[in-house]
Amino acid sequence: MTANPFSLWVYLSQQPLLWLTVTLLVYATADALSLATGRHPFANPVFHSMWIIAVFLLLTGTSYTTYFSGAQFVHFLLGPATVALAMPLYENRKVVAAAIVPMLAALVVGCATAIVSVVLLAKAFGLPQNVVLSLAPKSVTAGVAMGISESLGADASLTAVAVVLTGIMGAIIVTPMMNRMGITDYRARGFAVGLASHGIGTARAFQVDAVAGVFAGIAMSLNALVTSLLVPLAVTLLVR
Amino acid sequence: MIASLSLILLCQLAGEIAVRAFAWPVPGPVLGMLLLLVLLLLRDRAMLFAQGPLQGGGVENAARGLLAHLSLMFIPAGVGVVQKLDLLAEHGTAIVGVLAISVVITLLVTVATFLIISRVMTRGRSA
Repeated sequence: MTANPFSLWVYLSQQPLLWLTVTLLVYATADALSLATGRHPFANPVFHSMWIIAVFLLLTGTSYTTYFSGAQFVHFLLGPATVALAMPLYENRKVVAAAIVPMLAALVVGCATAIVSVVLLAKAFGLPQNVVLSLAPKSVTAGVAMGISESLGADASLTAVAVVLTGIMGAIIVTPMMNRMGITDYRARGFAVGLASHGIGTARAFQVDAVAGVFAGIAMSLNALVTSLLVPLAVTLLVR
Repeated sequence: MIASLSLILLCQLAGEIAVRAFAWPVPGPVLGMLLLLVLLLLRDRAMLFAQGPLQGGGVENAARGLLAHLSLMFIPAGVGVVQKLDLLAEHGTAIVGVLAISVVITLLVTVATFLIISRVMTRGRSA
């Protein structure tokens, strides 16, 4: 044993292995705690994993690029997981077909609301134009939102952060809010959270109810489509 | 398991190729999802498709495994917040406020639209 602990750290901290392990370990712990609290909204595993890993990176002076060399293997799975949404869609096709009209109406109205509200609010709060543009696609899943952001010439990495924050906030707030309003239609609840909070909202919906999860998954996929079409239009009308 | 994962990746690949080739404004994985859905529906109609991962719940189990940990996959993008600390120090409160209000409005409007249209339709049918 010639290597001192510091040079071992220097070696490991540059390797994907360490950062992939940290990501999985922190998530597994956060998820176990969330389960132990009976899936309490504030025990959201994404939120807690995110800040714990962020603090760890800052304390150890590790760059995001180094961290991402390990975490990219997890990030990559977002694509296949989107494809996998075909499975719940297929298994619940009768429920989905029966609700096709309310779904499409809620999709168009909800998607327009998500974009217009964030653009107008961001302008009202006096945020710089570049930030306004970066926030516009925040309700769709990370990969898609970053693509839209790039095509607008905005800051894609800020968009990714806005996407994750939106997802976490929607996932935390949806259950208490819908319960308080006495909404018991899990199709509507799921659809709303999938539309407003993409994959993180969908993950939350699957924790609460299987039907809610299916509708959230559909809303998330359809919203990715409609948002890619509506954001450039909204930006032209509202910002420029 | 490997065959099922390959099928999922193939759908995504086909989606990406189609999106690039025709310059569609649709994300590749979303198109891949539609393709996998079509394959699952075809399997029930024609024996020709009921093979490999499309039989005996193979692809369904792989998909279930992926979706069980959907939350995990957002963590790398979320940790990207460390790159934006100076921007957040300057505009953080406004950004978080804007996103929070917008997500509440979006949830309310979406759930209300869904419920109203669904109620109008059932009333129309029973009348």
